[in-house]
Amino acid sequence: MTSPALGTNPSNSDNGSAIAELLQETFALTRRLFLQLQRRPSTLVAGVLQPLIWLVLFGALFSRAPEGLLPGGMSYGRFLGAGVIVFTAFSAALNAGLPVMFDREFGFLNRLLVAPLRSRSSIVLASVIYITTLSLVQSLAIMLTASLLGYGWPGAAGLLLVMVTLLLLVFAVTALSLGLAFALPGHIELIAVIFVANLPLLFASTALAPLSFMPPWLGWLASLNPLTFAIEPIRAAYAGPLDLSSVLLEAPYGSVTGTTCLLVLTLLTAALFLLIRPLLNRKLA
Amino acid sequence: MSLLELDQLEKSYGTVSALSGLSLSVPSGCLYGLLGPNGAGKTTALRILATLLAPDQGRVVVAGVDALQEPRTVRQLMGYVAQEVAIDKILTGRELLALQGDLYHLPRQDRNHRIDQLVDRMSMGDWIDRRCGTYSGGMRRRLDLASGLLHQPQLLVLDEPTVGLDIESRAVIWEVLRDLRDQGTTILLSSHYLEEVEALADRMAIIDAGRVIAEGAPEALKRELGGDRVTLRVREFSDQPEAERVRQLLEVVDGVRRIVINRAQGYSLNLVVDGEHVLAALKQRLASEAFEVFSLSQSRPSLDDVYLQATGRTLMDAELAVAGQRDPKQERRQSMR
Repeated sequence: MTSPALGTNPSNSDNGSAIAELLQETFALTRRLFLQLQRRPSTLVAGVLQPLIWLVLFGALFSRAPEGLLPGGMSYGRFLGAGVIVFTAFSAALNAGLPVMFDREFGFLNRLLVAPLRSRSSIVLASVIYITTLSLVQSLAIMLTASLLGYGWPGAAGLLLVMVTLLLLVFAVTALSLGLAFALPGHIELIAVIFVANLPLLFASTALAPLSFMPPWLGWLASLNPLTFAIEPIRAAYAGPLDLSSVLLEAPYGSVTGTTCLLVLTLLTAALFLLIRPLLNRKLA
Repeated sequence: MSLLELDQLEKSYGTVSALSGLSLSVPSGCLYGLLGPNGAGKTTALRILATLLAPDQGRVVVAGVDALQEPRTVRQLMGYVAQEVAIDKILTGRELLALQGDLYHLPRQDRNHRIDQLVDRMSMGDWIDRRCGTYSGGMRRRLDLASGLLHQPQLLVLDEPTVGLDIESRAVIWEVLRDLRDQGTTILLSSHYLEEVEALADRMAIIDAGRVIAEGAPEALKRELGGDRVTLRVREFSDQPEAERVRQLLEVVDGVRRIVINRAQGYSLNLVVDGEHVLAALKQRLASEAFEVFSLSQSRPSLDDVYLQATGRTLMDAELAVAGQRDPKQERRQSMR
């Protein structure tokens, strides 16, 4: 036979440590997601375009709002900026489950599960890395555009706070979306949930209007909404020098400081990951 | 020495039993065929073997390793080519193979070298650097086979490897499988094509309703069945009374085991006889009653006859019987995590 040998070679596994193998498989899976993005960039573009339209249209809608209407005499554009940045990251992360769902439906996941993965958490990890990068890049694009439109730019410390806050929110929402991707029967259902969750969560937060504008029931909703806990620290980071101990939100149940906001987001992230863990373990067993 | 043992596998989906006590032993270095109609449980058995599905009961042992206890080791030993080819349409074939290589933790150099080898072996040419979405069914299958072989598994498992393929791709795949077997790889393939199992398999099992009902080398199975098949016509188109008369006439000839009148074939007679020597007696008997022989053909028993003997129906009838009962939606749900 002239063709190359295809013979049997029993030992090609346990050379190399477990960590090296884990890195290799995670990197390969992440690379696949970025290759998909590179060849189908519409997700990236739409993810930046949509919040941009929000920023321009909504910003214009209320541009003539009377001065002094908003807390601290902020212009509406500046006020809206933080909301749109959070909305961008939130929407992107909410879609985290979609590629996973498609892999489930089209059987690609089975291809991954037949392979001797060192740990199947590499499949989840790759999704988290991908969606975190994607949503941070989109948020940064929105921040840059907003600053060009004259909505300001946080200082170095402020930028750090923005990134930390977004990261926490993205982790929490990604966990939720991945959980849904394994719990729901198909992509139609997942898209339906994403569609239904998206806008109400935005409206029932302080993204578009401050708590003081809202009727009490909506105020309650907004001050329990995780998005609010991400929006307020970012708004503060844009507004001036950073002070995490200052009160950012006068919620119906009491005053909320910057530290509290970050703490709530951290707890939420941890809780969601703990919540979906049994599900992932079962589905990826 | 057997490389693979399936022992008393049981699996139900709700109230539907897919496997009921399926046992199988595949010798090392053997190309083993699993023959059965759609819905017989072949795919379920292979999915259990591939560690994608847990059996309700039973054991799977690959090269001495219990697949239910140590699935990771077994995954490393095995290449699995599923029936529904799941590929990422937007990646090129090469990128997909590279991904596969990384999931099996091949060192980068080995990986790339292996990919080049396999592309050459599968005659994939330039296609390897095009996106998988542009591939024909045959090209996809070749890519999938290549990805199953990338890590040089001891055991290659293929579920219906050539179903619906063009002749060229089928030939490539058959040839690759034969070469692999010659080099010592153990291969287990399922098929509902008689000729595929006949052409490839060293040993085979016939599966029906979730269990093995016949097992052995194809030649041996046919030999065990014994007898020759004779198709006889006294006129091009006979009628029933005539066929009946001929049957009564020949039934008493020494060495005739069974006669069936085949209405669908113009009332021809299908006989099972002990051997070639019976033919002369048949002709003589017909001549004595002034019947002419319009045509007479004789053949060795085929795998279809083996299947018929074991299940009481032909493979095609079995296929037709389940064709209307399949629920693709249900099947997709079963394969989804």
